[in-house]
Amino acid sequence: MMTAIDFGLAADLILAVSIPGMALWLILTRERFRAVVGFMIYGLFVALAWMRLGAPDVALTEAAIGGGLVGLLLLGAHARVPPDPTPPGRRWPLHVLAALLSGAVAAGLAAVVLMLPDPAPSLAATVADALPATAMDNPVTAVLMAFRAVDTLLETVVLVLALIAFWSLVPEGAWSQRPTWLSLARPAPALVLLARLLPPFGLLVAVHLFWIGTSQPGGKFQAGALLAALWALTMIAGLSRPPAPVRRLPRLLAVIGPAVFFAVGLAGIWLAGDFLAYPSGLEKPLILLIEAVLMLSVGAALGLVLAGLPPAAQTPAVSADDGGRSRAEPRS
Amino acid sequence: MTLALDLLTVAAVSLGLVMFLAGVVGLIRLPDPLSRLHALTKADNLGLGLVILGLLAQADWPFGALKLIALWLLVVLSGSVAGQLLASTQRDLLDARPKGDPDRNEGSG
Repeated sequence: MMTAIDFGLAADLILAVSIPGMALWLILTRERFRAVVGFMIYGLFVALAWMRLGAPDVALTEAAIGGGLVGLLLLGAHARVPPDPTPPGRRWPLHVLAALLSGAVAAGLAAVVLMLPDPAPSLAATVADALPATAMDNPVTAVLMAFRAVDTLLETVVLVLALIAFWSLVPEGAWSQRPTWLSLARPAPALVLLARLLPPFGLLVAVHLFWIGTSQPGGKFQAGALLAALWALTMIAGLSRPPAPVRRLPRLLAVIGPAVFFAVGLAGIWLAGDFLAYPSGLEKPLILLIEAVLMLSVGAALGLVLAGLPPAAQTPAVSADDGGRSRAEPRS
Repeated sequence: MTLALDLLTVAAVSLGLVMFLAGVVGLIRLPDPLSRLHALTKADNLGLGLVILGLLAQADWPFGALKLIALWLLVVLSGSVAGQLLASTQRDLLDARPKGDPDRNEGSG
């Protein structure tokens, strides 16, 4: 047993040294492309840290969002934003200021954690006591879908708002055009093969993540992020074409989750006496229904953001060919 | 029987870790991207395969073992595709420099 504890300590030490080290490296590195790739690896290390802290739900989300989807978004931004004209030397006061502020936040958090009373205040026991009322076995899902359902409802609405804000950048007159950010002009055969082989497994894993979410780590957000990643993969390989922003079906998919969640919450006023209260006996089916439609909405909203924007109608000079090639190849 | 399985685990996982170590050494020491990629993909496939083989001896049949095998197959698939993509990007870069002809690889792409 002693050796197992030592191995855990060694893993914690490696993570505790490498995560701040990688964070420092990816802030200090000059080349933007390296920083983006470093950020994705950093996300995977942070996911490992969440695993070591015993929070597999957070770890799954961090690996899917921080390590995967955000990395893809940053790669797309890197391909589109022109190289920074500011000479590096002129920005060091900003860096020092940012470092001081971040250091102050980190020191404040560390002080708060160190000054906690010995049995740290926790609602874990209360949640565990009330868990049978929700018919859930995974306390994380119980908190997200029952005890703090209103927070989760607002979070899912935020995703729709983010999509609306993103689409507000669609060029005038291009709403009926398909986005061209992701699709490669000539995808490599190996990539097409991967995009054909992976989606069946990915769909299975996504449905599995959603289904076990009531009893084990997992849930709609991780499953939806996986669906979005698979969709993005097929769009990159040219196996599916991204929908134009005017299309009804993707819009409907993006809002159906929060809409159903809200409708069930409203129905709770009459059936169970309070907003977002579930009628007794129907908790589990209702939560599964909400999680299922939320999974679709998360996948659709994230996928639509990943798909990007259509090109401006007036200037077809930025062809799909240029956009695809410049993103696929690191600038040397 | 348990002792034999444990020995298999220790041997296979250790050998797998040696493979990973060799891959890292290759990544750092080899001169050009294609050789580095070669060292890395070999270490990845063989190293992970040996680690999974060692862990199979400890996993419960059938679902734990099947999960491990599925994991290995998925990593081999994504690893080989990533290797292919990196190598073809590198080849395009090398081809583009002397010839300056972007349509050189159209047949394969």
